[in-house]
Amino acid sequence: MSIADVVVSSHNDQPSAKPITKLTAVTIRFAGDSGDGMQLAGMQFTDTSALLGNDVSTFPDYPSEIRAPVGTVAGVSGYQIQFSSNDVFTPGDDVDALVAMNPAALKVNIKSVRRGGMIIVNADAFTPIDLKKAGYAEDPLTDGSLEHFRLIQVPMDTLNNAAVAPAGLTGKHADLCKNFFALGLVYWIYGRSLEPTLAYLHRKFAKKNPAVALANEATLRAGYNYGETCELLDQQYAIDKAKLPPGEYRRITGNEAVALGLVAAAELAGKHLFYGSYPITPATDILHTLADLKQFQVTTFQAEDEICAIGATIGAAFGGAIAATGTSGPGLALKTEAMGLAVMTELPMVIVNVQRGGPSTGLPTKTEQSDLLQALYGRNGECPIPVIAAASPSDAFNAAIEAVHIAVRYMTPVLLLSDGYIANSSEPWLLPDLNKLEKITVNHPTTADAATFKPYRRNQENVRPWAIPGTPGLEHRIGGLEKQDVTGCVSYDAANHETMVRLRAQKVDGIKPVGMPFLWTGPRSGDAILVSWGGTHGSVKAATLELQHQGLQVSQCHLRYLHPLPRELRALLAGFRHVIVPELNSGQLRQVLKAVLQLDIKGINKVRGQPFSVSELVRGVRSVVKTSSDHEIPDESTPGTWVRPEPTQKISPACEA
Amino acid sequence: MTMTLPQSPAPLQPADFASDQEVKWCPGCGDYSILAQVRKILARQGVDKANTVFVSGIGCSSRFPYYMSTYGFHSIHGRAATIATGLKVSRPELNVWIVTGDGDALAIGGNHFLHLLRRNVDVKILMFNNRIYGLTKGQYSPTTLKGKKTKSSPVGSPDNPIRPISVAVGAEATFAARALAADVKHLESVLERAAQHKGTAFVEIYQNCVIFDDGGYNYLAEKSVKAERMAYLVHGQPIRFGHNNEKAIALRGLTPVVVNAADVPPESLLIHDEHAPDPSLAFLLSRLSHPDFPEPLGIFRDVTTPCYDDIVRDQITTAITERGPGQLSQLLRSGSTWKVA
Ligand SMILES: Cc1ncc(C[n+]2csc(CCOP(=O)(O)OP(=O)(O)O)c2C)c(N)n1
Ligand code: SF4
Ligand SMILES: [Mg+2]
Repeated sequence: MSIADVVVSSHNDQPSAKPITKLTAVTIRFAGDSGDGMQLAGMQFTDTSALLGNDVSTFPDYPSEIRAPVGTVAGVSGYQIQFSSNDVFTPGDDVDALVAMNPAALKVNIKSVRRGGMIIVNADAFTPIDLKKAGYAEDPLTDGSLEHFRLIQVPMDTLNNAAVAPAGLTGKHADLCKNFFALGLVYWIYGRSLEPTLAYLHRKFAKKNPAVALANEATLRAGYNYGETCELLDQQYAIDKAKLPPGEYRRITGNEAVALGLVAAAELAGKHLFYGSYPITPATDILHTLADLKQFQVTTFQAEDEICAIGATIGAAFGGAIAATGTSGPGLALKTEAMGLAVMTELPMVIVNVQRGGPSTGLPTKTEQSDLLQALYGRNGECPIPVIAAASPSDAFNAAIEAVHIAVRYMTPVLLLSDGYIANSSEPWLLPDLNKLEKITVNHPTTADAATFKPYRRNQENVRPWAIPGTPGLEHRIGGLEKQDVTGCVSYDAANHETMVRLRAQKVDGIKPVGMPFLWTGPRSGDAILVSWGGTHGSVKAATLELQHQGLQVSQCHLRYLHPLPRELRALLAGFRHVIVPELNSGQLRQVLKAVLQLDIKGINKVRGQPFSVSELVRGVRSVVKTSSDHEIPDESTPGTWVRPEPTQKISPACEA
Repeated sequence: MTMTLPQSPAPLQPADFASDQEVKWCPGCGDYSILAQVRKILARQGVDKANTVFVSGIGCSSRFPYYMSTYGFHSIHGRAATIATGLKVSRPELNVWIVTGDGDALAIGGNHFLHLLRRNVDVKILMFNNRIYGLTKGQYSPTTLKGKKTKSSPVGSPDNPIRPISVAVGAEATFAARALAADVKHLESVLERAAQHKGTAFVEIYQNCVIFDDGGYNYLAEKSVKAERMAYLVHGQPIRFGHNNEKAIALRGLTPVVVNAADVPPESLLIHDEHAPDPSLAFLLSRLSHPDFPEPLGIFRDVTTPCYDDIVRDQITTAITERGPGQLSQLLRSGSTWKVA
């Protein structure tokens, strides 16, 4: 998907003197020091491209250090965008154009740029000191190492300083504007209008800090004009509008979508939202977003740890709130015991787990899908919890609403899985018609029900009533000890325990999906079915389409409901020669499906803290499908076949034992 | 400051607060007395059962909610504070009580205990201190005296015990008190004050475990030594004790000393002030212990500061006033939007 078919256009409908080449899809990446404003430049480019009608997908790559030493590889921050006149499912594999604001940014990102791709560097930042900080022995701009790329050297510091001087900005203040110079230049290359960003600058700074608004505008224009005049840039590119469903759109990240979904769900239920959380990357932005939505009657509670966060959530649920707690893997581990209490007391709540690289503290800022087994089974006792996984940033909005819906309807905690990729990447979101969203019905028994009320009397769907404190006549006690069927009194009776274990399981097994249990791409039979889940939806879908394009009969079944699994799953997979499960872990869903479906299932697995690239998925699927004899296929295909690399760093004498 | 608890529509008797569950503590356990006094003061204060919730952790003490006819939540070990916090913050009109043990509150739940107190969530904590793990059959707890032989410390506990009131006052408790389960009248009066406190009220109750540490409090509660070894705190009064009430506490610099009241000028005696804004006096009193001092019973501290749950409510009210009630359709459109035709 990343390398577009190139059509050279002869027409010249723009005043620019340089020729314009039409492309269908382009992937660019802004990279610089974490203080260089690359995230902002990336977001501006994304918004502008979306406004121009392209489909877009983005992926930010932050350093995990807050303030790594300036100019070092540890401090490099990047923002990747794919924009296209077709549907876009991923932020792109290989980068067509890289903007590198310093040597460290070049060093970190060069391996992602395709051969022949464009590299725009801030040449002023390639001083001997900067090169040394980035760990370059030779200057890459002159040592020939970039000869397979189109290198464009731009003295950005000089040009930016000159552009912002009339606004009165110098030194550090001037420096802070240079991301807009780079942005202006990239706007010219891809024929984007400056208007949306000018409007943004006006909104943001015109009142608060007019000099900053002026300076950024000046350097944005300077960057754009530089493209016009720079001799190295001999052409512009055009990317037509994509055909997107009509409606109103915005850009949204997965974390924002979860937060908005929870707020929307509370409104659909006619209730107030309680969100208990303890800060942890990459889930914290959900807390940040909700903490600023108090006008929606949202109560956020920053607890002293994840145990308290879920404890308070359980308390709020007992009190009748729409209650949720959010965390990432290590925090989910801490919540384990309390999740059991939530299952035992059968109270409704949503537990959001934004997965990151593990185990332990692992890779806090990187994405992984390695908490699936923890989500499904990681508790003491037989402790079934429904598990829903968002498929993309915007899908997280629906998934959050569905999770609340199921929690309330079935009186159960629900685990909502997201991941670092979904959490931070963004995509255009067609805003839903709020009037069409299904209301969430809440039934609290009242004093009128007192005569027949029993805390554990179940309805046809095995669901107990949600009686809340403050209701005269329904005073009752719940807790973590085993309950007697119907009455809810403490019971150590052997037969009763088995009944209750089975009832809890039956209730969860009987859950009917509120939204799509799976997303399907392609025909119902063929060579291979790719069974994916979570944040890999886009890359697996793109790979599926690419493989179809290459003539293979490949389809995708992307699971949104992981527990209970869609009842029709076995039948859905029956029409395919191969079942392949691509995952960003060592094969967790594969293991589950093998056990549940008793099928021969292959995996494509990657555990590098990075999303799949489409090309590695395509290679992985081809290697399974083209092998004629099943016996020759290894169980797992690792992109690039994993071998233990030689240690790259010199071991310091102090470390030698 | 006193507050109005949710009132019952009809007058209630202590027995009205009893649930239909059989009480299963060991015969002679100190917990019975606490249960009786709690039922009594709730009835006397006309508290509404439907709006009252008892939340507990795990332990013998934590069985308490099952024996009350109010709402109840018997949760998991150490976490009652967390559940009570979430409940109170989302339902501020409820009257929320925590029942916990020395292990539940100070070992596994120690972290939550500190944070509940520093936030000053408007809930009452009754900590049954039997200086032992009762439910797990007799291991030493964070309050077990050093050197004490228990099942898990056959040659004596190596741990320094925690002083619960010191920890509570250190965590900014706005109300901290101590009572003895066996002294029912005094217990009742302390519970009554706790019930009326607006903010987190912490009550440590010395409770005898007849099975695993029988007579553990005899050293101070026995009739013959009682007057010498306990001192009842009275606001505005010197701390007096002794068989003839002849002794008092005075300060030498920052150090408390026992004096004969008759031997020193009255103004040199330490006068109790429950409402002192500075917690130092309460802390100093919480350090007094056998054998050098009598152990104080009563209210160490009772001050009023804003409650967490009120602050949270106020922030929401302010946001609604300043920004107007949230509109979901606007929220979805925050940032920039664009239209595709
Ligand atoms: C997570 C967990 N760890 C350990 C236990 C076992 N356990 C139950 S109660 C208890 C100690 C109770 O002591 P305390 O809080 O003093 O209550 P008491 O029984 O003395 O009233 C322990 C260790 C448990 N239930 N859960
Ligand atoms: S073991 Fe001790 S604390 Fe527990 S019920 Fe028996 S006497 Fe009471
Ligand atoms: Mg105890």
